[in-house]
Amino acid sequence: MTVTKATTPATTATSRAALAGGSPKHDARRRDFLSAGGALVVTFALDPTALRAAGPATTAGPAPAAGAAAGSQPPKTVALDRVDGFIAIDEAGKVTVYSGKVDLGTGVRTALTQIAAEELCVPLASVEVIQGDTLLTPDQGVTFGSLSIQVGGMQIRQAAATAREALLGQAAARLGVERATLKVADGVVVPAAGGAGGGAGGAATGAGTQLQGVSYADLIGGKRLELAVDAKAPLKPPAEYTIVGQSVARLDIPDKVTGRFTYMHDFKLDGMLHARVVRPPAMKAKLVSFNDWECNKLPGYIGVVRKGDFLAVLARSEWGAIRAARALEAKWTAWSGLPEQAKLWSWVRTVKVNKAERFQDVGDPAQALAAAGARTFSASYDFPVQTHGSLGPSCAVAAYEDGKLTCWTASQATHLLRKQLANMLSMKVEDIHCIYLEGSGCYGRNGHEDAAADAALISKEVGLPVRVQWMRDDEHGWDPKGPPTLLDHKGALDDKGGLTAWQSEVFIPDRPKEIAVTLVAADLAALPKEEAHPGNIHASLAIPYAVPNIRCSANWLAETPFRPSWIRTPGRMQNTFANESFLDELAEAAGVDPIEFRLRNLNDPRGRELLERLAKLANWAPRAGTRESGDVMRGRGVSYTKYELVRTYVGMVADVEVNRSSGEVKVTRCYVAHDCGQIINPDGLRNQIEGNVVQTVGRTLFEEIMFDRSTVTSRDWESYRTIRFPEVPAIAIDLIDRPGEKPWGAGEPTAAVVPSAIANAVFDATGIRLRSVPFTPQKVLEAVKAI
Amino acid sequence: MTTPIAFTVNGRAVDLAVDDDAMPLLYALRNDLDLHGPRFGCGLGQCGACTVHVDGKAVRSCITPLTSVRGKSITTLEGLAADGSLHPLQKAFIEEQAVQCGYCINGMIMQAADFLRSNPHPDEDQIREALANNICRCGTHTRIIAAVKRAGQA
Repeated sequence: MTVTKATTPATTATSRAALAGGSPKHDARRRDFLSAGGALVVTFALDPTALRAAGPATTAGPAPAAGAAAGSQPPKTVALDRVDGFIAIDEAGKVTVYSGKVDLGTGVRTALTQIAAEELCVPLASVEVIQGDTLLTPDQGVTFGSLSIQVGGMQIRQAAATAREALLGQAAARLGVERATLKVADGVVVPAAGGAGGGAGGAATGAGTQLQGVSYADLIGGKRLELAVDAKAPLKPPAEYTIVGQSVARLDIPDKVTGRFTYMHDFKLDGMLHARVVRPPAMKAKLVSFNDWECNKLPGYIGVVRKGDFLAVLARSEWGAIRAARALEAKWTAWSGLPEQAKLWSWVRTVKVNKAERFQDVGDPAQALAAAGARTFSASYDFPVQTHGSLGPSCAVAAYEDGKLTCWTASQATHLLRKQLANMLSMKVEDIHCIYLEGSGCYGRNGHEDAAADAALISKEVGLPVRVQWMRDDEHGWDPKGPPTLLDHKGALDDKGGLTAWQSEVFIPDRPKEIAVTLVAADLAALPKEEAHPGNIHASLAIPYAVPNIRCSANWLAETPFRPSWIRTPGRMQNTFANESFLDELAEAAGVDPIEFRLRNLNDPRGRELLERLAKLANWAPRAGTRESGDVMRGRGVSYTKYELVRTYVGMVADVEVNRSSGEVKVTRCYVAHDCGQIINPDGLRNQIEGNVVQTVGRTLFEEIMFDRSTVTSRDWESYRTIRFPEVPAIAIDLIDRPGEKPWGAGEPTAAVVPSAIANAVFDATGIRLRSVPFTPQKVLEAVKAI
Repeated sequence: MTTPIAFTVNGRAVDLAVDDDAMPLLYALRNDLDLHGPRFGCGLGQCGACTVHVDGKAVRSCITPLTSVRGKSITTLEGLAADGSLHPLQKAFIEEQAVQCGYCINGMIMQAADFLRSNPHPDEDQIREALANNICRCGTHTRIIAAVKRAGQA
């Protein structure tokens, strides 16, 4: 890449003067907009070395060289099939676990610590977890899909079991006893039955004295656990668990309530510059020209980095960068290629279908729908564009030096980000090091990776460490969005109310082969980029019921208005909303209680048990009597799913109040029954379930990205409304623990059942079917008028 | 051209020079004084993540000009604990495990601390109203309510 420094000598002179505290010299040429040719333009004021400290030494967080070869040792392996990929034990017996899955605010760091400590038989306090460092942690895949425990945790558990077994074997050899006579307690291998407990560090003594224990520290301390992960290494029997299954207090909370915690946003490097990206006012507008004359008057202003339509300002201070971004004048072309929001759903129906794909195919629903005597039903459902809306806008720091890039990021996928940055910057993957630092709550692929790409691009251009902090406006406007989702459902009942046919079609954006989302910087700067993948949003379209004729298919669309990505419960929420709403419509048509109707069509004993426990928890009774005639109408609805049909079972009953005059829906109480198999941390699990419920009540009642023909217009918390304290329901939870089963995920499944439970409760209260999320007062009032 | 501003932060006298009178307090606290309790969430005074106390009252530091706190006393989350022991709200948030990502928690605690001074024993509805303009995106609300209630009973 060619870097064209300072378009005119005057630029440099002017900016230098400004930095030196002198008055900027007026230069006629500076009044002209800088030419916006195709080449990269960097108007950079400083000799980069002037600001550079002695290397990008950190003032917080891990050093950039962490994990690089120490002394003559080769770098630590990050192989998924190596025990030392995941686990190290030092001379003091402290255990370090290297996790590619990261804590996105879910508490999973605590849960992973529990899993490792339990399987290694060491105290919880002796385990530390390093997360998402591409030099240190194995690539366990993106932290998404409720897989951190189910997949990531189980990989760590197996590595820990392998380590424990190997250390037991070593201890047996050293002590000269049968391995079967030994066990591990608190990191010390000791006789299994009675005998001395052995203090840490105690070693076997000669014959004739009582056998002492030998500690992990003595056996391996400081040396690498150079072993392949043994998939058959025996796991500790759950009956012996003392740490897993306990509500261990979250390890991060004390620091988070005292201001000691280091979030991504708190990370600093010496000599770090602050950048703000100035984005096109219309999504796909082209940059015509820009003028930073006003910026030059600002103290600490350094310059502009521009490539294609990517435009950023740099300043010594954060506030200076914010002021410069506001002061920069830029001319952009007009662009108005978005569909009209009021006609979004008819627009979706006009988009070219790249292909249709079936995800459940049983019997012949077309024939069953046409059968004599069949009562047929159809309904369409839609789910709006939503933002992740992380409370802290995305932030990243990047430091490019000597051909190598280090990037501190709150990315849910540091290994994937590393590849994307390499692609964008035409660098080698091994020359990039991404280090995870926890950010503001992350519910999917939000703006974190884009902020990282902004920082990386700018840092590479200027050769100095750069911090990019998105503003609220950037976050709402430019994070990738949950795509608009439209579903058409058809069903048939026989004359006895039996469900004989089920047919569904979902209209969703097509997915590329690779699971990645285009980096905004790469897109704006016209650098190499990946296509945007919306996530596996066809999942949970298939239904968990034993209907004789089923066809569920996805119409993969060639186009969607916004860069799509996965947001918590992607597709599963939308599909389950339609499925469980439609099932409720069929139950009503069949004249059968909705829980009874589900049970009639459910063969899975675990699912049946869950529904029965849910009914008990909610004190469910079939509706009796007529609807209320007053202003406030109360009702309750139910919803159920088996997540993706292969894992976590969850059901919810929602109690609602619908105000006939104002159109407001209030969710007063939610009951959740949840079965994710083995529970690692019951309180952590409850916290996740509660979060799922509350966040999704907000998504169901309030959240919708608004846009004009050019861009997102809901750019703050007033125009993009989410749930607030007075609207939060009470929540009752029944956790079904199955210690002998595999642990499944819990970060998403509950959210899947929330919108339909609310919709069904609104119907129960009012007789109105709300098939379009969010359930705004306007939609309720229109529906009330129609009845 | 810089303007000197003297004020107190967590009991310590601070002298800063600001080159823009409009610079919000938040940036001085986070960048000049390295205090990470107050957080940048919106810069618009909408979410509450940046809340600090100015002379004992909860304010949104992202929209409070630094020049307006001249001579005033600022308390941040870091300064809430007195004499080395945690504030009852901090204890209660730990006891109730009332955190998910925790990004909003500074605002929740600082807003609630101000609220509890005027209403030491609130009921649940009063707590909901008191925090109605603080946004939590993770959905930690029920635990936050429980924590504030617990602190109010302490």
